[in-house]
Amino acid sequence: MEITVRALWTLVHGMAFGGLYLLACSGAVVELGRRYAPAAASPITARDETFLRVYFIAMTVLAWLTVLSGAYIVYPWYRALPPAAAAHLANYPQRLLLSNPATAAWHSLGMEWKEHVAWLTPISITMATVVFLRYKREIKNHPLLRNAVLCFVVVSFLAAALAGFFGAEIDDHAPVRGGAILHLMQGGHS
Amino acid sequence: MIPHPGTDSKSPTALPNGPGAAALLAAGIGAFLLAALAVAADHLPAISRLMIFYRPTGPLSGVTSSAILVWLAVWAVLDARWKRRTVALRTIAVTALALLALGLVLTFPPLGDLF
Repeated sequence: MEITVRALWTLVHGMAFGGLYLLACSGAVVELGRRYAPAAASPITARDETFLRVYFIAMTVLAWLTVLSGAYIVYPWYRALPPAAAAHLANYPQRLLLSNPATAAWHSLGMEWKEHVAWLTPISITMATVVFLRYKREIKNHPLLRNAVLCFVVVSFLAAALAGFFGAEIDDHAPVRGGAILHLMQGGHS
Repeated sequence: MIPHPGTDSKSPTALPNGPGAAALLAAGIGAFLLAALAVAADHLPAISRLMIFYRPTGPLSGVTSSAILVWLAVWAVLDARWKRRTVALRTIAVTALALLALGLVLTFPPLGDLF
């Protein structure tokens, strides 16, 4: 069982960072919407506050790791140009997608959208985290601010989900592969 | 002190809404600028070349780095001006959300291509 370095980085970018962000974000939307609503019944304890502070910081770190690993590690492999005489485009995913009219839109629409919309996620969640760290439980007393921040968090989720969907489909049609091969496990004979 | 019209003044709090408003508006501006720069780099070869900060990543490197730098600078300036103030949060929140929505829409290639 083996995996290439490029495939591993694509997995780390999409699943470890991006996938975890999506999971965490859905929890944050529920928590902000329910516990921090002005009409919320139970009081917010210092322990709740600390938990959410760590949670939001972790989400922010994940969001930045996702876009930075995508743009500066995986994307250069994706958009690499093949040599003029290249017969096979397997190691050049962008060119491979564009070489077939049936898959070209995965680049011209999918990647073109994904590479930009994904950046709305770290912008939105960084803002939300800083507002939350600054106001803490007092944000309950600023319902308009809380609602606006919640909208940004929801958009960050949508942007990450769009990027995740296109990333998964693009990698399905033209996977980023190549580089050193890592041997994960020795297979047995049956 | 009479609260500014349009602010959420249901209960008096120690922290004014200014810092929150600054963060919201700056994020809206950042999101919109990112999309606007992406559209500009897509349509104008001169901008596209200008946005290549890191060759393997191409114009995406300059588009995102520029938008992030402007976003953080705008945030710092607005925060310095509003950190002890109560501002018209409703207007600012609507503006920030409209800019965010525009940013989201403009990144969609068929709509960005209309410009």
